[in-house]
Amino acid sequence: MALEVASRPVDEHDQMTVRPLDANTPLAVETRSLRKVYGRSIAVADLSLSVRQGEVFGFLGPNGAGKTTSVKMLMGLIRPTSGQARLLGRPLGDREAKRKIGFLPELFRFHDWLSGEELLEFHGKLYGMSAAERRRRIPEVLELVGLAHRRKDLLRSYSKGMQQRAGLAQALLNDPSIVFLDEPTSALDPMGRLEVRNIIRSLRDAGKTVFLNSHLLTEVEMLCDRVTIINRGQVAATGTVQELLRRDPVVDLVVGTVRPDIESMLAKHGDLRDSEPTDSGRTTLRLAVTDDDAVARAVADLVGAGVPVYAVTPHGLTLEELFFEIVSASGRRLDE
Amino acid sequence: MTTLLIARLTFDEALRRKMIWAVLIMSAAFLALYAFGFQILRDDLVEFDRARRGVPNEVLPYEVQASAMVLLGLYTVNFLAGIMTIFAAVGSIAGEIESGTLHAVIPKPLARWEIIAGKYLGFFAMIAVYLSLMVTGVILTSRFIGQYTPPNIIKGLALLILVSGILLSLTMLGSTIFSTMANGVIVFMLYGMAVTGGLVEQIGNALDNDTMVTIGILTSVIVPSDSIWKLASYVVQPSVAVNLIGPNPFGTSAPPSDIAVRYAIAYCATLVIASMLIFRRRDI
Repeated sequence: MALEVASRPVDEHDQMTVRPLDANTPLAVETRSLRKVYGRSIAVADLSLSVRQGEVFGFLGPNGAGKTTSVKMLMGLIRPTSGQARLLGRPLGDREAKRKIGFLPELFRFHDWLSGEELLEFHGKLYGMSAAERRRRIPEVLELVGLAHRRKDLLRSYSKGMQQRAGLAQALLNDPSIVFLDEPTSALDPMGRLEVRNIIRSLRDAGKTVFLNSHLLTEVEMLCDRVTIINRGQVAATGTVQELLRRDPVVDLVVGTVRPDIESMLAKHGDLRDSEPTDSGRTTLRLAVTDDDAVARAVADLVGAGVPVYAVTPHGLTLEELFFEIVSASGRRLDE
Repeated sequence: MTTLLIARLTFDEALRRKMIWAVLIMSAAFLALYAFGFQILRDDLVEFDRARRGVPNEVLPYEVQASAMVLLGLYTVNFLAGIMTIFAAVGSIAGEIESGTLHAVIPKPLARWEIIAGKYLGFFAMIAVYLSLMVTGVILTSRFIGQYTPPNIIKGLALLILVSGILLSLTMLGSTIFSTMANGVIVFMLYGMAVTGGLVEQIGNALDNDTMVTIGILTSVIVPSDSIWKLASYVVQPSVAVNLIGPNPFGTSAPPSDIAVRYAIAYCATLVIASMLIFRRRDI
């Protein structure tokens, strides 16, 4: 039988459309052994990343793992202690590259005595956009983030969610090739989150690179082509969402009778993790396998041995489970 | 271009702060009281002169009294401008790091020094406008109420702007290093030290005490604001007033030389460049 480990019901239908990205696609972000040390505390130990142009990249890690420090180094807010990084093929701080970058900081606060429109006017000028470009683009991004009706109001009067929208508008103002979004939906309600997800998808469809820093793992799972999980300042896992989640397929087998020889029979095919009686008098066996064929062989053996198999349910690993696994395996930082 | 953009934002932002409006309202109140006071002085003297039946007052000519009045006015204006400068700029960098407004600005295509340069220009413009208005207020009061026009007004104004420029450079430099609160404490202490140092120097001069004079000179090297104020106060007084009043907390009879001005300008430039270099390496 065919087994798709990663297919689980999710609330949005198009979450698994990974566009094939050629290994030759130019890199939007490239870091090599990036490191940041504050006195004795190591914020980022050794970060080597490559994000290809046109992908939605998820950057995950527990609090204190060094996510924000890493993004700040890329944005020129923090000087790396050592290591190299390039954005759009250019060294950090390059003015031309900065022109094509959008950034929504995590701890964003804007000059709140400006109106939404004035804020964008200011940032547009910072980007060096001409008056004509600003006149065209500002209403466009305000519309995109749903703030057109509040554009004349002072940022001070905005709710947290609206401020985050204004921040997003600011990050998209220059029609950037790459957008860094540090927790872009933290202040948004479910509707707002959905809207932002749609914005990210449309950015991807337009061929933009999105570097998404988020705690919301389901969101990352829905959106990202590739994910890197960092812990204690270094990369703990990296790959496409499918690659990461397929690492260790687990199936639940519902069998009729449990015989003592079942255990040794299954041990040939995988790792029997759990055995639990169901309400209907059957037993659920949780088996971790190395590949799909092992599941087929295990089922064949069981059936061949006269053990009825009532159901085979792929127990898909969620990104959340993977995240916990990685974080607990490598230990959390103690100095949080 | 970006520098001017930041300067403009800084200027606009300063005008939207309640603190500035508090200073402006206080300043307006001061000017009103000042005009009132000058009027009383003038009336008294007119009365006094009438009683003397046209015999001129050789001991204390009206010019000297009016000049002292102008000096008091300018001293207050200088003080208010200094306070405003420090309060306006105290958190210009530190505050924006703390609040996070710089997070979205620094990744933009601009160099960090442009942020310092822009802020400096913005505050400087604000102070220059403020001082011009206030000095104009004092001079117009003196001229139309007191019937007296002090000499070298423009030079005096330029020197007063330089005084605030010195405090601005100091405050900006501190803001790239310390938190807003720490910076406020440090800059006010230095400002106080400069004023006190100037007094110590004058007393030292009067008492012929070299140690006190040395202390005074040292403080004016560390913070040259008071020595430039002394020069400003000197140039806006007629020599008859300087000779008659002599050294006092508000002015001096032995002004610093033009070297002091050159030193003060170089001081500002050095501090601004130092702010840029420090800010360039600062983690945000």
